[in-house]
Amino acid sequence: MSEQRATIHALHEQLVNKECTSRSLTEAYLQAMEKGKDINAYITVNREAALAAADAVDEKIARGEAIGTLEGIPMAVKDNICTEGLRTTCASKMLDNFIPQYNADVVEKLHAAGAVILGKTNMDEFAMGSTTETSYYGPTKNPVDETCVPGGSSGGSAAAVAAGQAVYALGSDTGGSIRQPAAFCGLVGLKPTYGRVSRYGLIAFASSLDQIGPLVNDVRDAGIVMNVLAGYDHRDSTSANVESEDFTRKIGTSIEGVKIGLPKEYLGEGVSPAIKARLEAVSEALRAKGAIVEECSLPTTNYAIPAYYLIAPAEASSNLARYDGVRYGLRVQADDMISMFKETRKEGFGDEVKRRIMLGTYALSAGYYDAYYLKALKVRHLIKDDFEKAFATYDCLLTPASVSTAPKIGATYDAVATYKQDICTVTSNLAGLPAISLPSGKDENGLPIGVQLIGKAFDEAFLLQVAAQIEEIGMA
Amino acid sequence: MLTKEAVARVAQLSRLSFTDEELEAQFKQLESIIEMMDSLSEIDTTDVTPQNHVMDINNVFRDDEVQEGMGVEKVLANAPEASENMFQVPKIV
Repeated sequence: MSEQRATIHALHEQLVNKECTSRSLTEAYLQAMEKGKDINAYITVNREAALAAADAVDEKIARGEAIGTLEGIPMAVKDNICTEGLRTTCASKMLDNFIPQYNADVVEKLHAAGAVILGKTNMDEFAMGSTTETSYYGPTKNPVDETCVPGGSSGGSAAAVAAGQAVYALGSDTGGSIRQPAAFCGLVGLKPTYGRVSRYGLIAFASSLDQIGPLVNDVRDAGIVMNVLAGYDHRDSTSANVESEDFTRKIGTSIEGVKIGLPKEYLGEGVSPAIKARLEAVSEALRAKGAIVEECSLPTTNYAIPAYYLIAPAEASSNLARYDGVRYGLRVQADDMISMFKETRKEGFGDEVKRRIMLGTYALSAGYYDAYYLKALKVRHLIKDDFEKAFATYDCLLTPASVSTAPKIGATYDAVATYKQDICTVTSNLAGLPAISLPSGKDENGLPIGVQLIGKAFDEAFLLQVAAQIEEIGMA
Repeated sequence: MLTKEAVARVAQLSRLSFTDEELEAQFKQLESIIEMMDSLSEIDTTDVTPQNHVMDINNVFRDDEVQEGMGVEKVLANAPEASENMFQVPKIV
């Protein structure tokens, strides 16, 4: 790992041992951002505030005070997470001028932990997409191969970390938006259990699916960031009131006797041969470590994509009704209210967002509600039941993180083909389960392959335990 | 079966305006997406309750106590148009 791909825990040691200062680190990352500007990882750079935060940490170290693990470490925040006084656009023309008047819960927690926020990262508009190509601010390039997409929707966060333009980044995951870009860029990405991390201040896409989580360089870093992000928040009515814990505590411990299921529905014909081969190799290596890895079946998996693409757009169509040109964001003037709404939304939203609003409104409209939306919710129940049955036998499940490695920028697919690519990731959102994507090997073009572990609700620490063992197998 | 009239009605409900050409494109895209959704009818969901949410929660209550708000200035800070501590909109009636 190059110096510019250093981990949080390694840099923390350097800060504590006075081998570097937060200011020198922050300046180095700001320089890397400037030099690597063409990958378009950032929408907004937070230069002055980042340097001020770094100086404050350095003063604390100079006074001989102890610092927390995230303290003084430069990082990035996805641009759908509200930062007080710092523009937050959701990569949409609609919010091009939006300056939040409050911080998201996770941003409050980052500030309290002494994090240095370098800037706000690019993404698919309103997190709707899986390539970061739907951004109003143009696509982000994959630092591994700049002709490829970084994945999405947290593509800017993934690219920033992969390019050494942030030590770690926050993303959000509604149907794979942390895990798939992590896979495409060779990073670790964790979607926590639904309710684990507060959604207060996360600009809503699909409220019953959205969850904030970290994109990081190794498994330990994922635990370190989760130690700060997790926790009950009364301002999010779906926040889970569970005990705090040290998410790193099981890393490095044996997985002998652990039972891992390999659901065959995730290894269907759409999955690339290199990824299938990698899953086989990882399974073998885990067996060599004493784990029991065997094929299992979650038969309703094949219905997850239609269910997800009804539920998520339905919730989005409701959540995005707030963009009406009245309270914040873009307004296009017109003579009457309804025309003002329509002109504002026509001008402010991009094509993919409009498509999903239309789809969601259709699924919820009179006459179609039962056949589509309600049916999807019932199928969601069956998908959740499938996982519960699997977890009666297995401690976690091993799957690919995506059906392919990163595609080329500009490769055109129709909407249906694109949506079907999300099969590996949407299931854990529908069931609210934690899932982690981590890099394991490369395909014939040198592009990173991501494998995924799906766990029981609130079992992130165990997922990190198994993930750390996969990490140990290495990339070869 | 999706019709062009239904798509026009959904656009109206969504407060989105499209040219005829755009509406035609929306129709074609929605038609192929809805076709994929129709596979859900293969699966038997008799006696299955809808899963609105993954967590076992109902109403979340708190005490009705007066708390410090954000303040009018902050609330209006991003308003495209505001006047006398109010959001301003085009004439309605």
